[in-house]
Amino acid sequence: MEKGFEEIFQDKIDKEIRIEPKDWMPEKYRQTLIRQISQHAHSEIVGMLPEGNWITRAPNLRRKAILLAKVQDEAGHGLYLYSAAETLGITRDEMYEQLHSGKAKYSSIFNYPTLSWADIGAIGWLVDGAAIMNQVPLCRSSFGPYARAMVRVCKEESFHQRQGFEILLTLSKGTQAQKKMAQNAIDRWWWPSVMMFGPKDDESPNTIQSMKWKIKRFTNDELRQKFIDICAEQIKVLGLIIPDKDLKWNESTGHYDFGKINWDEFWQVVQGNGPCNKERLETRKRAWEEGAWVREAASAYAEKRKQKQSLNAA
Amino acid sequence: MSTDIKNEWPLWEVFIRSKQGLDHKHVGSLHAADAQMAIENARDVYTRRMEGVSIWVVESKYIHASNPSDAASLYDPANDKAYRHPTFYDLPDEVKHM
Repeated sequence: MEKGFEEIFQDKIDKEIRIEPKDWMPEKYRQTLIRQISQHAHSEIVGMLPEGNWITRAPNLRRKAILLAKVQDEAGHGLYLYSAAETLGITRDEMYEQLHSGKAKYSSIFNYPTLSWADIGAIGWLVDGAAIMNQVPLCRSSFGPYARAMVRVCKEESFHQRQGFEILLTLSKGTQAQKKMAQNAIDRWWWPSVMMFGPKDDESPNTIQSMKWKIKRFTNDELRQKFIDICAEQIKVLGLIIPDKDLKWNESTGHYDFGKINWDEFWQVVQGNGPCNKERLETRKRAWEEGAWVREAASAYAEKRKQKQSLNAA
Repeated sequence: MSTDIKNEWPLWEVFIRSKQGLDHKHVGSLHAADAQMAIENARDVYTRRMEGVSIWVVESKYIHASNPSDAASLYDPANDKAYRHPTFYDLPDEVKHM
């Protein structure tokens, strides 16, 4: 009996028919998506922290308002994604429990600190840039709610990248100290951004199944190469350099060759030993715990009002 | 850390009319303690770039949905109360002279 449903399911996938929440799906498809979507959501929420750090220190009011809007967007993105994950049968509280206990991961890029205002520029250009590269294909992911959430996210994400690049552009045309600040930020954010695309294809065991189910439309290495090719051109406009002495245009492949990625650093950060892992998680846990009274008060108030209304109706 | 799941705010489905003349579109879901909070949260989450909106919120438990029409419905017991997002409703392209 079950084999029949698997075939029908795969047939839909192959025909680009979207899978919706009430459709039959292999249990592994459901679990893979719950993990991927919830971790994507966690990444958005934790991602608010490194940039939120600079809201009170933005150089002027316009930049502050823009940064506030960006961080607010990230909250919204997290919420779209939690909402999509919940359609698969996991609750919001369960997802928060997984994040706070360390069972669920979030993108390890957010475990790096923001040390200067230029970091906000580097994050917008590189981190949001990498996210966009990943998210545009996901707009055609096979699971309907995830794909639709991605369409909404992508519409909002492009302003994020532009504001980041604009910050770096402004700094690059400024004083020597400002140029140095911009270059320093790029030096620190480049490799972690390149690592955002995940392990190399031959070390990414889930990729094959995710591609077959069209959860994922391009491999890690394909997206990473595209990102590097694009940034290698964009950096020229800034008059700064990408911190990779092996970055070089390859005429025969039509792509940029690039240097070795420090995979030790990648796995260390993924496993919890990055500069800010502990701080990020503690901040999230504290926010949850300190917000408990708000959640409880709101529920109690709603309950009181409901009872009052039914008493009045009686 | 307390995660009393019983006290989790109920789930609401959100429908937005982004412009006068358009119909409400299902945009997603959110948690809120009551209808007023649901509308305010919907405004914050789903209308950051739209002006002149109309927002509908309905507790997910009150949405009734039809079953998917293929044989897969034999696999899952029929359940017409959707905790999850309802399948997007297809509207005819334009309804002409009825």
